Amino acid sequence: MKRVYVNEQWCLGCHLCEYYCAFASTNEKDMARALKDVKINPRIRIEEKDGISFAVSCRHCDEPLCVKSCITGALTKVNGIIMIDKNRCIGCYTCVLSCPYGAVYPSEDGAIQKCELCIKTHEGIPRCVTGCPNGAIMFEERGE
Amino acid sequence: MKYVIVGNSTAAVGAVEAIRRNDKEGSITIISNEKYHVYSRPLISYLLLGKTDENRMKYRDDSFYIDNGCELLSGKTAVKIEPGEKRVVLDDGAFVSYDRLLLCTGSSPFVPPVPGLDKVKSKFTFTTLDDAKALNDALKENSRVLIVGAGLIGLKCAEGISTKKVKITCIDLAPRVLSSILDDESSEIVKRHLEEHGIRFYLNQQVVEFEENTAYLGDNTAIRFDVLVTAVGVRPNISLLKDIGGKTNRGIIIDERCRTSIPDIYAAGDCCESMDISAGEAKVMALLPNAYMQGECAGMNMSGADFVFDKAIPLNSIGLLGLHIMTAGTYTGEVYAETGEKTCKKLFYSDNRLNGFILIGNIEKAGIYTSLIRERTPLDTIDFELICKMPGLMAFSRKERAEKLGGVRDESIGA
Repeated sequence: MKRVYVNEQWCLGCHLCEYYCAFASTNEKDMARALKDVKINPRIRIEEKDGISFAVSCRHCDEPLCVKSCITGALTKVNGIIMIDKNRCIGCYTCVLSCPYGAVYPSEDGAIQKCELCIKTHEGIPRCVTGCPNGAIMFEERGE
Repeated sequence: MKYVIVGNSTAAVGAVEAIRRNDKEGSITIISNEKYHVYSRPLISYLLLGKTDENRMKYRDDSFYIDNGCELLSGKTAVKIEPGEKRVVLDDGAFVSYDRLLLCTGSSPFVPPVPGLDKVKSKFTFTTLDDAKALNDALKENSRVLIVGAGLIGLKCAEGISTKKVKITCIDLAPRVLSSILDDESSEIVKRHLEEHGIRFYLNQQVVEFEENTAYLGDNTAIRFDVLVTAVGVRPNISLLKDIGGKTNRGIIIDERCRTSIPDIYAAGDCCESMDISAGEAKVMALLPNAYMQGECAGMNMSGADFVFDKAIPLNSIGLLGLHIMTAGTYTGEVYAETGEKTCKKLFYSDNRLNGFILIGNIEKAGIYTSLIRERTPLDTIDFELICKMPGLMAFSRKERAEKLGGVRDESIGA
């Protein structure tokens, strides 16, 4: 299946992926208007230090420790995509404690949030991928 | 193939899901002494808080048993295994025969034999849905609730009832709260936080005698209460296997394939004792993630795969009245520490390995630390100084990042 992959040699550290991610879950048409004065809480995050930068989001692991560890059954893997049912999540953060990539985050509504490849908000390619100005984030089938 | 599972909680679900990956045909029978669809036990405190309800507490969808071709025998207790005949005897005298048997019998609350406890009319334990419902029914406005035990169960219970206008007092034999997973300093932060929310503590104290509505402590302090909750600990339910000569210690002894000492009998979850790789010793780790993964491991092996689960470590993520606490592994070796008013980070390491950690407050990306323990990552292969300050993939080598984030397997590409 297609997953989001990042190539840190191409990452500019511009953080646009974070903004596109945050924008994707709003219903607004205009990004600047939607995110003006908003402290964004994106599902993809840039790590940067000493000129190196790269984006991290859910890997949709073959052996998903977050799903196996979820105490409520709110995290499931459906057609290769790890999804969160916010209605069942009670915010215990056992998934945050379990994810080896640091790609699961608390959210403002008390449940957790994570990358779901934009399938709940958009058709097609995830917004971080289309928004990356330098092709550092790709949506491809790789590996097995 | 006839699969029989005793118990209907997390480990059972892990096993069913694993069995069905390998065997779509075999019959699966689940024997449960409760009358409910599989539910998440740790959610009982959230139920009392009103943050979930009985429907959302279901650990799997309503169609789980049908979808996975399982027969659920609910409200039945397995009383005996007859390993020669390969069958389980139920409390109603019925037999259930098996080719492969899985015991995920969980644990039961241990109620200390304190003199006078029998005189207490309003007393509860707090591990099952029925316990939570019974406790909820007993609470009235201004009830004085005494919780004996300031461990995970006791404190989650305290949180669960905290919005019900009751007065909560908590006693523990240990000198600190959450004594099995926190050190003095971190425990003090949690205790202070709970005290700010009106919970009163008597630590280093023991109830020596009960009257109907009074507990007497060792120093003669008398505590009046309306409702008593005992939460001093749980004991693994091992008797089914022990009675037929299977190897047990505190828990049922299993190997890394979740096999017991008796052929075709497996065990998983809170009833077991298994290897804690952060400490290098076998122990009972009654924790939900381990229960699922052991159940999965048992199910895989029961259905013909060769599957090993050898990465169990103690792991806790707890919210208590808005304060988040995460702990993992074993607290031995040197310590990296950052502490503040309501925050704490302690990383314990020795021999080039991370052994354990305690985090309070800032818990972001904690899973990266967990992974270092679980994978026994040699610390000289990462930027340990950096990762101590901030968990992140930046601390790993470029090559390893290419594998983690780019799906790059060919070593020549990302280097």
